[in-house]
Amino acid sequence: MGSVWEYANPLKFMRTTDWLLPIVAISAVVVTAVGLIWGFFFTPDDFRQGSTVKIVFLHVPAAMMAINAWVMMLVASLIWLIRRHHVSALAAKAAAPIGLIMTLIGLITGAVWGQPMWGTWWAWDPRLTSFLVLFLFYLGYIALWAAIEDPDTGADLTAVLCLVGSVFALLSRYAALFWSQGLHQGASLSVAPGTRMDWAYKAPLYVCMVGFGLVFVALLLAGTRTEIRSRRMKALMARERMV
Amino acid sequence: MIALLTRDLRLALRAGGGFGLGLAFFLILAVLVPLGVGPEPATLAVIAPGILWVGALLACLLSLDRIFALDYEDGSLDLLATAPVPLEAVVSIKALAHWLTTGLPLVLISPVLGLLLFLPAEAYLWLILSLVLGTPALSVIGTFGAALTVGLKRGGLLMSLLVLPLYIPTLVFGAEVVSRGAQGLAVNTPLALLAGITTGAVALLPFASALVLRINLR
Amino acid sequence: MTLRVSDLAVARGGVPILEGVSFALDVGQALVLRGPNGSGKTTLLRSVAGLQPALAGTISAPPDSIAYAAHADGIKGTLSVRENLEFWAAIYGKAGIEPALEQMNLRALADRAAQNLSAGQKRRLGLARLLVSGRPVWVLDEPTVSLDAESVALFGEVVRTHLGHGGCALVATHIDLGLPEADIFDLAPFKARLPDLGAGGFDEAFL
Repeated sequence: MGSVWEYANPLKFMRTTDWLLPIVAISAVVVTAVGLIWGFFFTPDDFRQGSTVKIVFLHVPAAMMAINAWVMMLVASLIWLIRRHHVSALAAKAAAPIGLIMTLIGLITGAVWGQPMWGTWWAWDPRLTSFLVLFLFYLGYIALWAAIEDPDTGADLTAVLCLVGSVFALLSRYAALFWSQGLHQGASLSVAPGTRMDWAYKAPLYVCMVGFGLVFVALLLAGTRTEIRSRRMKALMARERMV
Repeated sequence: MIALLTRDLRLALRAGGGFGLGLAFFLILAVLVPLGVGPEPATLAVIAPGILWVGALLACLLSLDRIFALDYEDGSLDLLATAPVPLEAVVSIKALAHWLTTGLPLVLISPVLGLLLFLPAEAYLWLILSLVLGTPALSVIGTFGAALTVGLKRGGLLMSLLVLPLYIPTLVFGAEVVSRGAQGLAVNTPLALLAGITTGAVALLPFASALVLRINLR
Repeated sequence: MTLRVSDLAVARGGVPILEGVSFALDVGQALVLRGPNGSGKTTLLRSVAGLQPALAGTISAPPDSIAYAAHADGIKGTLSVRENLEFWAAIYGKAGIEPALEQMNLRALADRAAQNLSAGQKRRLGLARLLVSGRPVWVLDEPTVSLDAESVALFGEVVRTHLGHGGCALVATHIDLGLPEADIFDLAPFKARLPDLGAGGFDEAFL
């Protein structure tokens, strides 16, 4: 195997994902299904939270992927700005809607979980606020892509927006933290004594996290392939105009 | 550079320059909120810091598309980009002109609007100080948004969508300074953070704005 | 040698439109670009002015020597003719706009708001900016649009004076500027060819 940058060649990327995508897609479905079924049906109820605790198997992986998707977009944007690999820019474009949906899943499952636990669908808690803000950043990023006709201009502008947006998203996170410590419990997997999660929950949760990660990669590969194809359509239509 | 600043100020102040629109919007907002929320001084006093900051932010947003759109349409931006002045400086000067014609008047009128909203007397100093420190960040961040969307038709709405999330940290710390001031609490931390955001934005964002402007001009 | 373009290739909207363009401009020389609409004159001039990156090739000119003028003149309607020119003079670090007003026959209009000028008068104001820039290489995109015959002659005279003072000009225009000494440069032979798709066909198409 040569350099990893070989896969930045659209043709090479398409050829590799031709066989890679089905494998990732199938394992994503299997792992996620195993994790969710294990989590929902084969774990004990929590002594305080009852069965509502099982939302964790959707909530935590989705929230994690919402952030990871943005980080991935940030890295892809940097690669585009520095090395000008088109696949990288298109992958960032393809990741945004997935991240948006993950954020939405995190917010909705959070609301459904918060209602019985805290007695409210929504609270202006730092974590919740940060996720809402992240949702807005995804919306802006996607809207900017949609508004620009020239693909390279779009890639450049959205990449810069992603870099600047990341800084401001972090600042917003600290701004929200500034208000109060909030209702939200600490990170679910933190090692703070007393809040530690039992392995009976942890094991299926890890499986779900891997599953969501695979789902993200599968959707990302599929989305990037679509973007590459649509880019080719544009290129072919431009050739028609040149003749 | 000074020529560019005086030209932009002159253009803003002459007929059709749109100067005062943001100010009028700020005033209308401060009138509408009590009409919507009800006239109880206690309620208004609590929400006044937030309303004044949100109002200043929206008033700023209203005039952002004028920063580059007119210069883009009449070709000035192309000519400025080929002139012997760095585009980063052009962007900074334009942000400064925007602040002088929008942010500064907002700061000056804000005590009057504070009066309308029963802002507690202790908070006036902090209101003015936080706006003085925070509105330059609004102008600089807004200039970045305007540069991002300059070539787009109907870019105004998109620009709001892009710029408003970037305004969040400034808004949070700015309003926090005023409401802490109103309650007689210490304001050092949010004030320092607000100043930090403004300093960072003023120092770094013009580079990003000039970069996206060059991309949009090619 | 003032301006040298060699083996230049430019694209519009991601599509290559010109390739292999080479020419050189000496002091006192004018070059008129010819080509039908859409042949890439504007794109070429924007690349020379440094507004757009070239796909390939080099453009060499002494630093800060190019003054660019396009369809839009960068004139502010609410400023007077004098204020408009003084602004650009200040941007280019030059003082004294009187000679430019004189040469473009704008003196009588100097204190009028630019929005009250006719289209031709505005165009003359836009071109007066070239004079206050004090730069030797003029890159002009359709400079005579909306000028009447008399103003075209006046502008031709201004360009000739500029050439006489050691300047040079690269002009895209369809009409005769009255510059018999100007060389004509036809862009038609430099139309970019379709890149070969290669064996991959559809799979290789990617801009």
